[in-house]
Parts: sequence; C-alpha cells; structure tokens
Amino acid sequence: MSSIHKSPWLLHYDGSSCNGCDIEVLACTTPVYDVERFGVINTGNPMHADIFLITGGINSQNEAVVKQIYEQMPQPKVVIAVGTCACTGGIFKECYNIKGGADTVIPVDIYVPGCAARPESIIDGVVKGVALFKEKAEALKAAEN
Amino acid sequence: MELSTRLIIAGCYIILAPFIIGLLDGFDRKISARMQGRRGPSVLQPFFDLKKLFEKEFLTANKTQLFMIRSYLVFIVLSGILFFGGFDILLVVFSLSTAAMFLILASTSTHSPYSAQGTHRELVQIMSCEPMELLVAVGFYLATTPSTFNVSEIISGSQIPNIVFLPGFFVGFVFILTIKFRKSPFDIATSHHAHQEVIKGVTSEMVGKEYGMVTLAEWYENAILLGIVGLFFLNSNPVSIVGAIIAILVVWFLEILIDNTSARVKWQLMLKLAWSVTIVAAGMNLLLLEIIRG
Ligand code: SF4
Repeated sequence: MSSIHKSPWLLHYDGSSCNGCDIEVLACTTPVYDVERFGVINTGNPMHADIFLITGGINSQNEAVVKQIYEQMPQPKVVIAVGTCACTGGIFKECYNIKGGADTVIPVDIYVPGCAARPESIIDGVVKGVALFKEKAEALKAAEN
Repeated sequence: MELSTRLIIAGCYIILAPFIIGLLDGFDRKISARMQGRRGPSVLQPFFDLKKLFEKEFLTANKTQLFMIRSYLVFIVLSGILFFGGFDILLVVFSLSTAAMFLILASTSTHSPYSAQGTHRELVQIMSCEPMELLVAVGFYLATTPSTFNVSEIISGSQIPNIVFLPGFFVGFVFILTIKFRKSPFDIATSHHAHQEVIKGVTSEMVGKEYGMVTLAEWYENAILLGIVGLFFLNSNPVSIVGAIIAILVVWFLEILIDNTSARVKWQLMLKLAWSVTIVAAGMNLLLLEIIRG
C-alpha cells in the first residue's frame, strides 16, 4: 500500500494574479485552516514539490517561467489552478498581454474557481489533488513494473 | 568493552536511530503546530515524507551529486558506529567533519545560485560549530581520570556524571545544537522544515531520493549529537541512563521552544554568538578544569 499521498508538498506560483487569491492560499496555512494537517507543506523548491498551485493568469512574461517550473518537478505531480484568473484568465482575459488560464501552457488537473477562491475551496481542491496524486503515483509504479 | 557488545550496540544504532529520531521529529512537528495554535500533522509524518522522497522520479542532470550524498550518508553512519560502539570521541568529531565536507561537495557540484548561496552559509555554520565540537572532546578527555578520549572508558571510568565537571561545555554544546539541528534562529543554510527563505539552500538541487538520503543522514547525525548530550550524564552506574534520557528529552524540547520563539538571524550574528558562547562558557570551564587538575 503506497502512502505517497500522505506527504503532498506544495509549490505556489503567482502568475499575474491581483494577489487576492495568493492571500487566500496563504490563509490555508494559518491556524484557522492548517493544511499541514494533511501533511501539506508550502515549499519554495520545484524539485521538492508534488503539487503545483498557480494563481493568476498566464502572460507573455511568465509563460516560460511556468513551463520551466513544471518541467523541474519530478513525477508524479499534480497541477491545481486556483481562482478564476488561473482557470480562464478571469477579469484580465481581454488584456493585450494575457494568454488565458494556466492550461494554455501546461496541463492543469484541477480547477478551483472563485474570485477570490475561498480557503475552504482551495483546501477542497488540494484534497482532490492529493487523491489524484495517489492515482498518478500508482499508475507510475504500474508502468515501471 | 567486548568487541561483540560494541558491534551489537552499533548495529542497534544503525537500525533504531532513524525510527527514534524520525518519531522525535514527528513529535517536534506536532508540538510546534500546537505552539502555533494549529492541529499539525500526524506524528508519523516524517516517515511519510521520507518514503515519498524515495518514491519520486529521480530527475537529475548530475551523477556526481548522488555519489557525494551517498558518501555523506556513509560517513555519518560510520561516525555513529564509532560513537555508539564506544570508540574514540575525537575520531567521531573528525569523521563528522569529513561527512560535512561531502555535503558541501554535493551542493557545489551543481551550478544553481541557490545551492551556491546555501554552500556559503553551510561553511559558515560549520565554522561556527566546529570549535565547540572539538572542545567537547577535549573536555571529556580532561574530566576523566585517567584521561581518555575513548567513549566507553569515559562512561565506565567516572563515578559521578561528567556534567559536574563540564557545565560550561554543556551550555556551549547545547547552544551549537540549534545550529546543528538547523533550527531557527540559525536555520540559514537550510531549514529542518521543508520550507525555506532562499529556496532550500544546500539541498536546493537535491531531488527525490537524494533529498531523502540527506534527511536520513541528518537523523543519524542527530542521534549522535543527542548521544553526546547523554554522555554528559552517563557514568559507571547503569541508573544514569535514565538521567541521560531525561536530559536528552529536555534538550530536545528546549530546541523546539527556541525554534518557535525566535526569528532567523544573519550569519554574521550567528558566528559571533557561537564563538562568544564557545569562548566564554567552554573556555572558562577549560581554565577551571586545568586549575583543579593542577
Ligand atoms: S481570481 Fe479574482 S482574486 Fe483571484 S487573482 Fe483573479 S482577480 Fe484576483
């Protein structure tokens, strides 16, 4: 029985968010919500991360950054787009520099809508992400054997 | 001590140290969370983390790093065997510094600026701790009659716990333990928590099993350091083991308390503080010991 899903480390990247969603992501780590209950740790290093959490849309400048972070993360990994901006481009969608949601550059597994996404729904998304992370880990193991 | 007894104790160290220190680490995270008003993860969390690290894909562009990290782990375990097997404590200190050198080589083998930053800071941390570690060995040598560096003779040769002769050395050693355990305010090269200010310092470029091995090596090293704390309280009377265990738990709790009540300092201050405490506490103690011994 794999226990890999019990230790999902999270990397938070702020695309071109208005910071509303970022504040809500950080709220998840405070005593009120405490995501560390699930073994979640907010790490700053893509090489140690299992879950890539993006807030804000993709613009021409951060496109390369997002791709690079995604590639630096070892398998299995899960991508969660938090907030309407990261899902579709949101309120900034029509701006000349915005390409759209995170899925315009990397495959996104889970979408957490809301402007700003509430901590409860972010945690919900992370918990779903953890379940998916487990599935991916098992699939990876099966592929190896 | 018989060679077979030494080998059995050393074998127990190899098998049990990761479990004991991993569990202590789990309690550390639980207690830290409670101090911050959170529920915190399960006490088994460090084991889940370690297992996951070994199961992750190994993404690296650099084979040297893996070799260096393996050597780091091997030298730390070797130091532990020397210590718990009751051999020369001076040798333990030297073997630990050799291990530290491999960690430095591992982090410099990549070209990441974060690793480079971490390496610089790690070197300063080593510089801050090393004098005190060496002095502890010297302290035990002077406190025992006849003088010896041999760990098993230090224990069997003393009627009263060595802490009586070495209070200054003990204070100095507990002080550098905060640096050694990578706890705030001195977690500047890398933190024992998975999150860190300048990415992850020395461990920035270590992926999956490499980071797992470093974590494991740190658990083995912490076992040795806590063992040295215990050595201050051990004597020929077997009952002293209880005292040693209590002392270890108290020191461990103190480190958690310091970790949760202080903010990270700059390396300059760390170096100054560590050396001042070493010179004042251990230096005075050394002087007094010399006078007593005549
Ligand atoms: S979804 Fe709303 S709150 Fe979140 S980054 Fe976009 S505009 Fe800001």
